[in-house]
Amino acid sequence: MPADLGFSALLKRDLKLAFRQKSDIINPLMFFVMVITLFPLGISPDPNELAVIAPGVVWVAALLASMLSMENMFRSDFDDGSLERMLVSPLPGFLIALAKVITHFLVTGLPLVIISPILAYMLNMPSAGYGVMMLSLLLGLPTLSLVGAIGSALTVGLKRGALLLPLLVIPLFIPVLIFGTGALQGVIMEQPVSGQLSVLAALLLFSLASAPFACAASLKVSMGNG
Amino acid sequence: MSLSETSAPGWKARFKRWFHSWASPKWFYEKSARWLPWLSIPAVLLILSGLVWGLFFAPQDYQQGNSFRIFYLHVPAAFLSQSIFMMMAIAGAINLIWRIKLADMAAKHCAPIGASFAILALATGAIWGKPTWGAWWVWDARLTAMLILLFLYLGVIALYSAIDNRETAGRSTAILSLVGLVNIPIIKYSVDWWNTLHQPATFTLTEKPAMPFEMWFPALLVVLGFYLFFTWMLFKRMRAEVVEREFKAKWLQKELTQK
Repeated sequence: MPADLGFSALLKRDLKLAFRQKSDIINPLMFFVMVITLFPLGISPDPNELAVIAPGVVWVAALLASMLSMENMFRSDFDDGSLERMLVSPLPGFLIALAKVITHFLVTGLPLVIISPILAYMLNMPSAGYGVMMLSLLLGLPTLSLVGAIGSALTVGLKRGALLLPLLVIPLFIPVLIFGTGALQGVIMEQPVSGQLSVLAALLLFSLASAPFACAASLKVSMGNG
Repeated sequence: MSLSETSAPGWKARFKRWFHSWASPKWFYEKSARWLPWLSIPAVLLILSGLVWGLFFAPQDYQQGNSFRIFYLHVPAAFLSQSIFMMMAIAGAINLIWRIKLADMAAKHCAPIGASFAILALATGAIWGKPTWGAWWVWDARLTAMLILLFLYLGVIALYSAIDNRETAGRSTAILSLVGLVNIPIIKYSVDWWNTLHQPATFTLTEKPAMPFEMWFPALLVVLGFYLFFTWMLFKRMRAEVVEREFKAKWLQKELTQK
């Protein structure tokens, strides 16, 4: 029971901090919008061409926006020493990791899901795809947060961590990207997509069951007492 | 440790002692000097005989003619790069659980060797792709999976070199390589699925017909040779690492000045 109380207290604190520091919410969204703007400018404004690339562009941009904010998942708590306090507290490490992951998804991932139909419309994606797009992002982005938390925990103490994190986690994101865009392309081509969405859900459940533990171990190693 | 041991230790105690001896860099350094020729000579013989047999004497492929012969380099390299990743993750796990220094050294030096084999597999794949597919690079499922494996290796190497504390570096990369090992089958499956969705079935290269014995046996020789070559290189690198880490130890200075 005390561990439970600690978990919800940590979650509340992290969410409160994020909502006070609005840039944590707004910056990934702006990045998402700006990156998507680059594609019509860089490739072609032709609506038909845009419709072809739209699923991939939305997914890649969401992946990058989510990844860029992962670096901060543990950073500020590490810098002011509160992460060390949390790790010596009775709250198990995997629950600390889980609280950070949930906060990251709610602050970064969920706004991306909500804004994505507007950008899909701007990329001329058929409107039949919006629902599946949001569902695939809703299933995929938490997986990215879970896997990315391991990379974030491994690089938290490093001065050169900012560019290192993407190198570690991008290869691990590939399955989510493949099935996320696969579901989206499937629904646009009017094929059944329950298979892709099921795989995304399976990936989410698998990483939910394993990543917090790997993340907790990584945090302990990074803090020098693993 | 030896308190409970009687005069005639059973196989369990002997295994335990053998396992514990791996914790000693001194034991490894002394023993491995004698193992090296048993690795290097068979490695060179196996690779040479496998390659000569494969490149000059094995029968031609009925579709691809002689261009298929790069198979004898390509497939063993791809095979090794995958096994070395597994070996690296296992060595990392041993380091995480039992804190055995040699396992840390092994994991550290698996990464560059495995990455080299992955690069060799990709390069030979590109050279093979040119005559068969008409392009140096196609997003074939297997090539893509190999490229991602190379990325995983590069991530491990980058993480190791970014951390100054050697112990932290070893344990962090151990976790990363374990996470990578769990993900490799998932990545492989998803890339296979992605490829079959996107590409027409023009590339049936990956589905080889059942090969006759004279064709696959030389490849087996090269695979075995590569395994020995890898172990040889790994031990040489680990010996250098022992010298680097333990250069202040008396036994090592004695060992080095004796020669």
